[in-house]
Amino acid sequence: MKPVLSLRGISKSFPGVKALQGVQLDLYPGQVTALIGENGAGKSTIVKVLTGIYQPEEGSIEIDGTPIRFASAQDASRAGVTAIHQETVLFDELSVAENIWLGHAPRTRFGLIDRRAMRTGATRLLASIGATLNPDLRLGDLGIASKHLVAIARALSTEARVVILDEPTAALSHKEIHELYDLVETLKRQGKAILFISHKFDEVFRIAERYTVFRDGQFVGEGAMSAVTEGELVQMMVGRSVDQIFPPRSHNIGPPVLTVAGYCHPTEFADIGFTLHRGEILGFYGLVGAGRSEVMQALCGITTPSKGAVRIDGEVRVIRSTHEAIAAGIVYVPEDRGRQGAIRGLPIFQNVTLPSLARTSRNGFLRLAEEFRLARDYTRRLDLRASSLDQELGLLSGGNQQKVVIAKWLATKPRVIILDEPTKGIDIGSKAAVHEFMAELAAEGLAVIMVSSEIPEVLGMSDRVIVMREGRIIDEVAGDRMTPETLVRAAAGIAEAA
Amino acid sequence: MTEAAKTVATGRAIPDRLQSRTTRALHSWETILLVVAVLVFVINSFASPYFLNAWNLSDATFNFTEKAMIAFAMAMLIIAGEIDLSVASIIALVSTAMGLAMQAGAGVPVLVGVGLATGLFCGAVNGLLVAGMGLPSIVVTIGTMSLFRGISYIVLGDKAFTGYPDGFDFFGQGYVWWVFSFELALFAVLALVFWTLLHRTNFGRAVYAIGNNATAAQFSGIRVARVRFTLFLLTGLTSGIAAICLTSRLGSTRPSIATGFELEVVTMVVLGGVSILGGSGTIPGVVLAALIMGMVTFGFGLLNVPGIVMSIFLGLLLIGVIAVPRLIRGR
Amino acid sequence: MSILKHREALLALAILLLVGVVAARFPAFVRPGNLANVFNDTSPLILLAIGQMIVILTKCIDLSMAATLALCGMVAALLNGAGVPLPLILVLVVVLGGLLGAVNGLLVWKLGIPSIVVTLGTMTIYRGTIFLITDGAWVNAHQMTDDFKALPRAVIAGLPVMSWVALAAIALFTVLLTRTPLGRSFYAVGGNPHAAVYTGISVGRTQFLAFVIAGALAGLTGYLWVARYAVAYVDIASGFELSVVAACVIGGVAIAGGAGSVIGTVMGALFLGVINNALPVVGISPFWQLAISGSAIVLAVAFNSAQNRPAGRIILKSVEPR
Repeated sequence: MKPVLSLRGISKSFPGVKALQGVQLDLYPGQVTALIGENGAGKSTIVKVLTGIYQPEEGSIEIDGTPIRFASAQDASRAGVTAIHQETVLFDELSVAENIWLGHAPRTRFGLIDRRAMRTGATRLLASIGATLNPDLRLGDLGIASKHLVAIARALSTEARVVILDEPTAALSHKEIHELYDLVETLKRQGKAILFISHKFDEVFRIAERYTVFRDGQFVGEGAMSAVTEGELVQMMVGRSVDQIFPPRSHNIGPPVLTVAGYCHPTEFADIGFTLHRGEILGFYGLVGAGRSEVMQALCGITTPSKGAVRIDGEVRVIRSTHEAIAAGIVYVPEDRGRQGAIRGLPIFQNVTLPSLARTSRNGFLRLAEEFRLARDYTRRLDLRASSLDQELGLLSGGNQQKVVIAKWLATKPRVIILDEPTKGIDIGSKAAVHEFMAELAAEGLAVIMVSSEIPEVLGMSDRVIVMREGRIIDEVAGDRMTPETLVRAAAGIAEAA
Repeated sequence: MTEAAKTVATGRAIPDRLQSRTTRALHSWETILLVVAVLVFVINSFASPYFLNAWNLSDATFNFTEKAMIAFAMAMLIIAGEIDLSVASIIALVSTAMGLAMQAGAGVPVLVGVGLATGLFCGAVNGLLVAGMGLPSIVVTIGTMSLFRGISYIVLGDKAFTGYPDGFDFFGQGYVWWVFSFELALFAVLALVFWTLLHRTNFGRAVYAIGNNATAAQFSGIRVARVRFTLFLLTGLTSGIAAICLTSRLGSTRPSIATGFELEVVTMVVLGGVSILGGSGTIPGVVLAALIMGMVTFGFGLLNVPGIVMSIFLGLLLIGVIAVPRLIRGR
Repeated sequence: MSILKHREALLALAILLLVGVVAARFPAFVRPGNLANVFNDTSPLILLAIGQMIVILTKCIDLSMAATLALCGMVAALLNGAGVPLPLILVLVVVLGGLLGAVNGLLVWKLGIPSIVVTLGTMTIYRGTIFLITDGAWVNAHQMTDDFKALPRAVIAGLPVMSWVALAAIALFTVLLTRTPLGRSFYAVGGNPHAAVYTGISVGRTQFLAFVIAGALAGLTGYLWVARYAVAYVDIASGFELSVVAACVIGGVAIAGGAGSVIGTVMGALFLGVINNALPVVGISPFWQLAISGSAIVLAVAFNSAQNRPAGRIILKSVEPR
């Protein structure tokens, strides 16, 4: 069988990061190909290349053996490639039928939108994927599963030949996931080539015929699902040798600093309980959307939990705002650096001192000399590369911005520091510096929580690892049990191999 | 071990500043404004023999002092990413409240107290709606713009309050020393106060942080809603102060008082180099913009150009100030 | 069903209630003739509100609409004085209005200047231009030809032309917004600009077209206004832009863009129109109008936002039975 679409030697880089290095991918008609890889393996970049949002620097895209270039999103859609994203990008205020037909709606003789044709067309398309949604409903009134159905119907309306499902089950319930499987079967029968991106192995084994594995932006392997085992896939994904070297750790663990018990939130997590000690790095592993960041944000007063107790040095503390969290000595280095961490328009030194202004100022008046001193101390410790402390933060690379954000939090002299995906999207050099620094902090007696989806990082840095799934703690792993297989299985809900 | 990791312990020294503060200042928008201000001054002196006269120049300051007082607070509000279009209507309501107090027989100190309190109250209403309830400030203040002035119309209809007590005229007509009016002195004092507040305090730093990235500011422990609320209080308060001066200067209150001030205040702020999208701008810029607008108005007046033509010029200026840099940058 | 439909029903109920309360004391208010009068009086507001609504749908705002109205109205009066035939005047005011809107639209589209700044500026420029071309002089009734003044008042099938124009605009724009690709793209651009780009819609161009439509509507209304009141001067319809925004906000148009309907906007305008017409009837000074529309804006925007609170995402799947 010949592939509908094949990519060869695709490379794409961003300042400081090689996102894809000469990767290949083949998609066959009527087959599901699973794309497997850790966070940062290059999966979302390849999706953007396939949908014409990124143009690769090297490599070729062929459809039916003919080379083609996607200069824009429209080009890709015209060539029959459609993606259904993690967060379905559609229009809440328009009806189901309009969402399906926007941009290529059937017309009446007078050039108006033919609403009857649109409605019957929508019903037909939805029926072809086994959905019975009323096409007149407003999209915003539907649940996420129904929105997926609409997005898929839209893909079908453009006569797509290649359908990309990017983590389609991340926000679905058990029942909805099964409906999605049926849908994928329907699409297969219609001869669509499907690229299925998922972290969950049970899913992949259930619906995919083929697999392709990426690691660190490189192609690792491909083949038929029937010829591979879970263990082999995990190994391909994680890599036999971890090519990163992690700094040595002194395992000098002191008394408990932070104790969390019976911590609950109405919709996001339940029954969270753990203890964090002085000098310890506690890893939090789980799939994207497992509720790890949500727990951390509640601990830092960004959201409000419904139940549970937080003790710092044995004393119960109620934290209702980030202001109070800082005062209590808990700080959170957020995952979404651009939106929640860095203030790009302000100079570096002002970013560093922002949460510590109470200390650098006198009676509410700024003291610039103090600010520069604080900024100098902490940026030097993090080995920041910048031309001056007065430089706008937005002009630095991602890795250096992350160093400033971490410096900002350290400057508050916290007891507990929570780092959420601290090395996401930054280059290898900065990554190593951040790792080195985390080890140093722990050695100095700080209690560190590291939320990470990168297995080598979690295993390389943590003393213990807590695994979360669907808003709950599933497992706590330490010592000999700290292996990639254990973490992946616990996070994905696969029974441990005998 | 990688190269980067080895240098962690030592780190590199990063200089505090590359350019000296003077160099940076010379390249700023404020320097351009200063040049423009000097040019306008020179052109005006040549255009009219009446321009270079201490008393005439002193009279000219009344063109901008009241608006500039509000512009200082408005600049901080816009830097924080919000806007208040209701300031002129606050003036109307404050002036009306003072008129009512006057009719009830209040003396000068009470009148001033009523004026300041009414201004603060109006600011608190805006602040509660925007910072407390999370509503968009543009629509809220378009609404309160109608509401505040509407209350003045309900109270006054087509009538006016006149006959403010002796002594009240000092705020709008009095002189502190020689040609320096009370309003001009107040303008200078407020400029200094707001300069200190925005550029020298933690509060000012929080304003910039919120305007650049409110989410990150909140994550950094800044009490965003509280800062926003305070900023609306400040615009309310300065509008109240401006209302006292304007009412005193006119000697009467009509519900149509200060119509269109909000446009001139926003123009002043934007001309002063404050980004309408928030995050940047300075008080010295606003001061220079106020001086330029005042001198241009005065110059036009000397040339007998009607006020409405001046407002066309202001409209062009408002758009031009934002458009020209974008055109030069190719967007 | 959907919030919007629900909300329009609520608004209709509020209008009926308002009319009912007035009618209970003053039955003459609900005579068909008087209700038709109320509608006719509200027609300019309806026309402008429809234009404003389209602009707001695309995440912009047009504060220059009343100034555009005034400038076009004055130009119509001057053209009339110069002997230009009425049909040509009608075409010219619509074109002029469209051009003035295009200026706003181009500044927003090509230079990316926030619409509030652009239209705050053009608001004074357009109104100032009236002064420039007239030197502040009024054009009075006796300077206008009879056919010029008669058209908006001419009665066809029991309703004045002014009302028919409003009805025609309601019909036309309902069809435009619900049945044409352009109409739907206004919603798409305001509702989800990023996704709109993916579907091949240019955000800036769509905003530009919204401003042109709003300007053209204001231009036409300018003629109707000047002809009906038989006077043109610099300050006509001064402050009217606020009532227009009020009508939209009350009618459920989301200021963040992407949500709103012609019918809701029309009801928002009628709500204000009924209040304005009822005040003198019930013996309240018309000076209350401004404060009432101001309160209505604030209440409506608070109400809108309370209805549109987004639901958080849900991670916990199984809710244990208790």
